[in-house]
Amino acid sequence: MTEFYTTVRNGRCRARSLACYDFFMRVGLFVTCLVDLMRPSIGLAALKLLEDAGCEVVVPAAQTCCGQPGWNSGDRESARALAEKLIGEFEECRYVVVPSGSCAGMIRTHFPEVFENEPEMLARVKRLGERTYELTEFLTKVAKPAGVSAGFNVTVTYHDSCSGLRELGVKAHPRQLLAKVPGLKLVEMEECETCCGFGGTFSIKYGDISSAMAEKKCAHIQASGAQAVVLGDLGCMLNIEGRLRRRGDTKTRVLHVAEVLAGER
Amino acid sequence: MHAQSMHFKPRAAKALANETLQSNLEKFNSTGFTALRAKAVAEFGPELFEKLRGEGAAIRDRGLASLDAWIERFEAEATRRGATVLFAETREEACELLLEVCRRHGVKKAIKSKSMLSEEAGVNEALEAAGVTPVETDLGEYILQLAGEPPSHIIAPALHKNKSEVADLFAAKHRAPRKTDIPLMTREAREVLRGHFLSADLGLSGGNFLVAETGSGVIVTNEGNGRMVTTLPRVHVCMTGIEKVIPTLEDFSILLRLLTRSATGQPISNYVSLFTGPRGRDDRDGPEHMVFILIDAGRTGLLGGAMQEMLRCIRCGACMNHCPVYRAVGGHSYGWVYPGPMGSVLTPSYLGLENALDLPQAATLCGACSVACPVKIPLPELLRSLREEQVERGLRPRRERLAIRVWSWVAQRPRLYALATALAARFLRLLGGRNGMIATLPFGGEWTRERFFPAPTSWRTFRALYAARPKRLRRTR
Repeated sequence: MTEFYTTVRNGRCRARSLACYDFFMRVGLFVTCLVDLMRPSIGLAALKLLEDAGCEVVVPAAQTCCGQPGWNSGDRESARALAEKLIGEFEECRYVVVPSGSCAGMIRTHFPEVFENEPEMLARVKRLGERTYELTEFLTKVAKPAGVSAGFNVTVTYHDSCSGLRELGVKAHPRQLLAKVPGLKLVEMEECETCCGFGGTFSIKYGDISSAMAEKKCAHIQASGAQAVVLGDLGCMLNIEGRLRRRGDTKTRVLHVAEVLAGER
Repeated sequence: MHAQSMHFKPRAAKALANETLQSNLEKFNSTGFTALRAKAVAEFGPELFEKLRGEGAAIRDRGLASLDAWIERFEAEATRRGATVLFAETREEACELLLEVCRRHGVKKAIKSKSMLSEEAGVNEALEAAGVTPVETDLGEYILQLAGEPPSHIIAPALHKNKSEVADLFAAKHRAPRKTDIPLMTREAREVLRGHFLSADLGLSGGNFLVAETGSGVIVTNEGNGRMVTTLPRVHVCMTGIEKVIPTLEDFSILLRLLTRSATGQPISNYVSLFTGPRGRDDRDGPEHMVFILIDAGRTGLLGGAMQEMLRCIRCGACMNHCPVYRAVGGHSYGWVYPGPMGSVLTPSYLGLENALDLPQAATLCGACSVACPVKIPLPELLRSLREEQVERGLRPRRERLAIRVWSWVAQRPRLYALATALAARFLRLLGGRNGMIATLPFGGEWTRERFFPAPTSWRTFRALYAARPKRLRRTR
C-alpha cells in the first residue's frame, strides 16, 4: 500500500493503473482565471468542499486560462496553445474539477473541436474530457460528501448559467446540494435558464445589449423575492452583480454556489 | 431588399432606445411563441420530441447529401403533372423569370401569400417596376406593405407593431373610421383583400417544402389566404429555395410535426396546402398554369462547406423566439431578411462576411437557439466558425485581435501571468473603492456604461493565497 501511495505521489503510475487514482480520489482543481483574479474565495471554497469530500486535491501552480476567450473570438491558434498547456497540467489527475460551467464546458465540449484535425491530441483531450466535471456535478455524481455546511438562513434563487446548463446538463446538481443546506430556501425565478447577457467579450463589444439583457435578469431576480442569487459562473456573477448595484440594489447578494455550500459567505 | 446588415450596432442601439418597440417586444416575449412551444413539446412528450428532432435532422441531411438528385426528381415529377419548373441562380434572375411569366400571361395584379424568399429577392419592387401590382394577403405582411416596412420576424412579420399602431395605419390607408377591436380590424382588412383575391391574375406563394417523389409544393399557414392565392388566380407561381426539396411525403409528415410545434406550438397549422400540378380536367378549381421557380442565390455555396448544416433550416423561427439578443433588439436590427441566430448565419453566408461583420459577434453563444431548433442546427458553433473566418480574413479590428493574442501570450507564461494578475488585482481593487464597484472600467468602457464592474474581492489572487498555505496542505502536482 505504501509503495502504491509513493508511486501515486510521484505521479508515475498514470498508465499502470487508474484504480489507484480512484482510491485516493486525486482531483485536479482548475480554479479558472476569473476566480483567481476576481473572487479567490470561490477557489478556496471549492478546495474546502473537495477536501471535505475526501479528495486529494492538486492545484497545478502553472495553471492560467482554458483558452475560451481566444476560442470564442475565432482565434484558434491562441485557444489551441492554452488548451495544450492545460491538458499537460491536468492529464495526470484522476479527475479535473472546475467551479465554472463555461470553463468545464470548454474542456469537455470544445477542446475536441479545437483539436479536431489532430488525432493524437484528440484522443488525449477526449480522455481528459471524460474526467472533467463542473464542481456541483462532481459533488453529486462522484465525490458525494457526507456532511454539509453550517446552516444559512436565507431565501435564494438559482441562475442557470448557459454553458453549464446546455453544454453539460448541470441543472439538478446545484439544487440538490443547496437543498441540503439547513435553513436555506430556494425559490425559482422566471426565466432562470435565460442568458444574463455576459457572453465573454460580447459584454464589452455590445455593452448596451448586454446590459439590457442583464437588466431583465435582475428584474426577474428581484421579482422572485430572494435575498440572494446563487450561480455557478464568474462571468454571470460579475454581470449580474454589476447591474444590480448600478440599479441601486445594494441588498441582494450574488453568491457562487461553492461559497454557499462551503459556508464561506 | 436593400441590406443594412453592416449597421447592426447603431440599429440595435436605436431599437433599445425605442420605448414602443421595447414594450411590443416585451409583450411578444412574455406571451409569445416560446411558452406555446414549451407546452406543445410537453404535450407531445419531451423525449419523443427529442427523438423527432433527431429524425428531422437526419431527413434534412439525407436530402441535402444528394440534393442534385432530389431536385431532378422533383423537376421530373412536377413536370409530369403539368407544372413548369424554372431555375434561377441569383435573386435578380428569379425576378426576371417571374416577370417573364407575368408578361406571358398578361398579369396586371399579383396576390401574394407569405414568402421570405420574395423578400430576399425583392419581388415586390421588381413587380411594381414592371407595372404589376403586388398585394400581400397575409395579414401581417399586408400591414407591413401598407406601412412600407420589412418584416421583423420570419413567421410573425409585424410583431414589432402594436394594435394601436395598426389601428392608426388602417384608419389612414383604408380611409375608414379608426377601429381598435381586433376582429373588426381583421374584417376590414379582409373586405379590402377580398376584391384583390377576385381580381388578381397571378398568385405568388412561397414553399415550405417541395416533395420530390410527388412533385408537390407545400405551404403551411394559419390564415387561409395561402389557399386562395394558390387556387383562385389563373396562374400560380411558387417561389422557393432549392434547399427546400425533401425526398418523400413520409419525410414531410415528420417535418410538419416538428415545424408547427416549434413555430407556434400548434400540433398542426390551420391549413396545410399541398399543390401538385395545375387544375386537372376533372378538378373544380385550381390555377390553369402552375410554375415553380427554384432559387439558388448562394445556397449551393453552403453545400459541402462549414455552413452546410444551416441548409437544414425549415424556417420555424424558434431560434429567434428563444434568442435573448433578438428578444432585446428585435428583428429590424439585423438589417436584412432573416433575423436572429439563423439570420446571423445566413446573412453573412449569402451576402458576404464583410457585409455583416457584427452578426456573428452579436451573440452570447448561450445555446438557447440550438436547443430549440427542430432540426438540430448547431447555431452557436456555426457563429463561432464565422468568427474564426473573420479572424482568418483579417476582418476583425486589429486592437481586438491583438488583445486576444497578448492575453494568450501572457497566459502561456505562468510567472509573468502571476505577476500581471497580482498587479491587476490590486489596481482593480483600488479602482473599486469602498463599495467595491468600478464605475468606469479602463479598456472596457462599454461594460460600465450601464453597469458597474465588481472589483476583485481580495488584494491577493487565488494562486497567491494558495501558495501562502502551509506546505503540507499544498499539492501542486
